[in-house]
Amino acid sequence: MTIATLNRPMSAGLANAGLLRHPSRNVYRKSGGNPMPADSFDARELLTAVASRRDRVAFGRLVDHFAPRLRSFLRRGGAADTEIDDIVQEAMLKVWRRADQFDSARGGASTWIFTIARNERINLLRREARPELDPNDPALVPEAERPADDRVADRQDATQLRAALATLPADQAQVLNLAFYDELSHSAIAARLDLPLGTIKSRIRLAMGRLRTALEGLQ
Amino acid sequence: MTVIHHASEALLLDYASGALTEPMALLVASHAALCPACRADIARFERAAGALLDAEPATPDDVLQGSVRQAIMDRLDEPEPAVNPAPDLPGTAYLPQPLRAYAGAAVAANGWRRWGPGVRQIRLLEGRADATVRLARIRAGAKMPVHTHRGEEFTMVLTGSFHDETGHFGRGDFAEMGTEDLHQPIADAGEDCVCLIVSTAPLRLTGLAGTVINPFLRR
Repeated sequence: MTIATLNRPMSAGLANAGLLRHPSRNVYRKSGGNPMPADSFDARELLTAVASRRDRVAFGRLVDHFAPRLRSFLRRGGAADTEIDDIVQEAMLKVWRRADQFDSARGGASTWIFTIARNERINLLRREARPELDPNDPALVPEAERPADDRVADRQDATQLRAALATLPADQAQVLNLAFYDELSHSAIAARLDLPLGTIKSRIRLAMGRLRTALEGLQ
Repeated sequence: MTVIHHASEALLLDYASGALTEPMALLVASHAALCPACRADIARFERAAGALLDAEPATPDDVLQGSVRQAIMDRLDEPEPAVNPAPDLPGTAYLPQPLRAYAGAAVAANGWRRWGPGVRQIRLLEGRADATVRLARIRAGAKMPVHTHRGEEFTMVLTGSFHDETGHFGRGDFAEMGTEDLHQPIADAGEDCVCLIVSTAPLRLTGLAGTVINPFLRR
């Protein structure tokens, strides 16, 4: 994938779909091959500092970075402010306590923090447990080959993923939005959009095809 | 041993977004533990959600952010909630960890109850209105009674194998049956077949032989 492709402006259809509602910030900027500025935010490094020496300054920077983003993310789903504050607090405390469990092979820090906040949302709002995969489960059937695990690959990975999401057709982006922001199941999405279940399932399948392609080259 | 029958992308998205009910999340997590391909798809959806979180506004958009930050930082010295180590449960090694947490004690205690001719069951997550959840142990060569269902029914093989009108299912394989589907799984000879079955509405039986498992007729 060329840099020109990555820098392509967002289509009006995607803007309407609202997948990336904040195009002014950072979505494409890192793709130009410029080195990261020295003072740039590196969530991985900060998580390592928290895990290895309980570094409160590093954790404070993680809170400053992620708490507003989590608040904004959760607000899209219509949760009340007090509920959002509870979820963000509990999620960030889990980040503090479990920083040593962060596994960069399974995605970036934002992916890990999303999964923690998602589970807190389930625990606090639905009062349900979240059956979760255990990476140390002896019954786990391993992957045939592990994806490459280094920073450069992951950064490329993230860039390709953003590009794939930015060029997702509007109808597929809309389904992902409703799933992640509103926590709607695919059948609830079909009901919300008044479309046949098969149509929604097919959009999800197509979106997954694009994600697979975007994330495949590096494995 | 490779999984042939996978969970749909739509269900994997529902699991990644957090939209699934606890019974369905238990089912999908158990399948994903045994199916690296579906686990990788879940991770891809989670990465997409991480990218959405990354794309949220970077600056605090209201005064609450300061107090949330303070509340988090004030709690860093709280004692961590105690985590009880999982007890060693003999005879449960074939259960993936998410399921062992729910069913391990009952399986280790051999709490199987008769469900029909050649079929025994352990009920899980009882008392829920949205789903019936059971482990079913079908004796080698035995048949499940023919049945349709008002909702959907999901079956996942944990050990042994079965076949029905739609194909052959071994460890980790996932079968999704719609309301209209009529099926009669038959356990293969040689080994009992244990499955996790989630029915999103009570089973409705079609044949006389099935009456023993009709929940309405056991009152």
